[in-house]
Amino acid sequence: MVLERRRPRLTDTEPLRQPDPASTGAVVVAMAQIAPRLGDVATNLARHLGIIAEAQANGAGLVVFPELSLTGYFLKDLVPDVALRLQGDEIRALCEACTSVDACVGCVLESDDSRFYNAALYISGGGVRHIHRKVYLPTYGLFDEQRYLATGDRFRAFDMPLGMRAGGRPWRGGTVICEDIWHPSSLSLLARQRVDAFLCPSASPRRGVLRGEALGTAHSYDVMTRTYAQLFTAFFVYCNRVGYEDGINFWGGSRVVGPDGVPLADAAGADETLIYQRIERPALRRARIETPLLRDERHDVTDAETDRIRRDRRAD
Amino acid sequence: MSPTPKPTGSAEIGARTEPGRVAPALDSTLLDIDTALVVEILEGFIREEVHKVGFDRAVVGLSGGVDSSAVTALACRALGADHVVPVIMPFRTSSPSSEADARLVCDVLGAVPEIVDISPQVDDYFSAFPDADRTRRGNKMARERMSILYDRSMEHRALVVGTSNKTELLLGYGTLYGDMASALNPIGDLYKTQVFALARRLDLPERVISKPPSADLWEGQSDEDELGLRYATVDVLLYHLVDERRGRDELVALGFAPEMVDDVVRRVRTSQYKRRPPLIAKLSKRTIDRDFRYPRDWGR
Repeated sequence: MVLERRRPRLTDTEPLRQPDPASTGAVVVAMAQIAPRLGDVATNLARHLGIIAEAQANGAGLVVFPELSLTGYFLKDLVPDVALRLQGDEIRALCEACTSVDACVGCVLESDDSRFYNAALYISGGGVRHIHRKVYLPTYGLFDEQRYLATGDRFRAFDMPLGMRAGGRPWRGGTVICEDIWHPSSLSLLARQRVDAFLCPSASPRRGVLRGEALGTAHSYDVMTRTYAQLFTAFFVYCNRVGYEDGINFWGGSRVVGPDGVPLADAAGADETLIYQRIERPALRRARIETPLLRDERHDVTDAETDRIRRDRRAD
Repeated sequence: MSPTPKPTGSAEIGARTEPGRVAPALDSTLLDIDTALVVEILEGFIREEVHKVGFDRAVVGLSGGVDSSAVTALACRALGADHVVPVIMPFRTSSPSSEADARLVCDVLGAVPEIVDISPQVDDYFSAFPDADRTRRGNKMARERMSILYDRSMEHRALVVGTSNKTELLLGYGTLYGDMASALNPIGDLYKTQVFALARRLDLPERVISKPPSADLWEGQSDEDELGLRYATVDVLLYHLVDERRGRDELVALGFAPEMVDDVVRRVRTSQYKRRPPLIAKLSKRTIDRDFRYPRDWGR
């Protein structure tokens, strides 16, 4: 276990106030910015269970892990070997750990007809409440996902029961995985389903060290997370992994952005860490009063224009 | 296909510039790197990739040049100087100043070098082939050094950390299974001019940074003379060609001499084999690296 010895211990980065949940729906979100061990599900699962327990003990209601957090990212032909079945022991163990805390974990999910998806599972109340299968699989540059993985075909918002535990309403969640957010329609479709908080597990590699582009990918994600949070007046929870795989470095920078587009805490660096952020409904309400973009959104125009574009395309 | 003119002597096939001004294409500030960020990434790279395989030490062939000095410095930062074994491997015709520079780098870094004179084994071999030209001799020396580094790596339970930069990898200016061989290469994605910037950041001795780059395989050898190219120019050309994916005509329009563009493009193409593992004849359903594809960090 050489890796564990030289990495900083996972610690909380800010003192937690006790949420006052019934009135505000307040909940503490923990982002587990970790470096999964590539292709070693058993080790990663044990770490997940430990982190979930630690975050829960520190008052978190939801723990968000990075993309493919149970497997690592550049899997190539390991994909079928590390794939999980919904009925399998690993997911059962996670469900058992999530009876009074929620978690969003990343894995390769195998379907009954042997398709393999890059998936994020939302686990709550002892069961899997929602599955997002990554829709946009990058297959260019250093990415090769479509060679190994099947594409998802939907963006569905879902209820996150975490608010209900304190007697309030559920939060409305929407999961997007990494490359999904390079396509604004992903977020737009979720926002139309009344999302309060986007969850974005990510495995974004660092590239670009020239002056001027030194922040490269990190800059793009900074802009996107702030922009989406502001335009869709929703919280944006971004959890990116760290560490190296085959010489490729993942830059971390996990963060939560508020519904006014302002980051709630400084983005985490590139070390393993567990970050806590309290989110609450009054911030959503304030943002939507100040900037009622969701109220004003013209879905009828979008629908009509989409129909027209489709008609025109058929006529080609 | 028209024959490509060969570079001659030390005359550079350079970029065309109007007197008194630098063509935009030649502006080497294009290659300016955030050296602090690069050091951070490369330190982590060496530390994690060495530790992942269960080692905590590194072996580096140290010539006293800027590439191997920078890599040695990075390894010392990543693992601690007492976990780095710089191996200095002079040949009898190597410049004595190279060994002195290598020792100076070790002193500055606090690393203890091993010195292995490769003259006896190289001379013994070539006593049977006295007519061998200097290219063969140079390649042999590079491969003797490689075999020594891998032996030292076994003894020290240390990974061999490579020192080939992006310029020489792309131009094929290196010996296959010689200086190009390593387990990890921290500087393989940095052009030579960027390695100079990195070396400054790492506070390497000025004389290591400012001397003319040389493989030091024979007396008076100079990279730039041998290549017929200046690093400051060819690095910018390679940046446009490789990183920015510009075609020949675009490169000429940027101000690079057509002969230089053709020469560099030819070198990159003809040296592609050096950057790939050996070809395996496909026979089965699943052939290594063709349809048997696993990450190297498998399970780590």
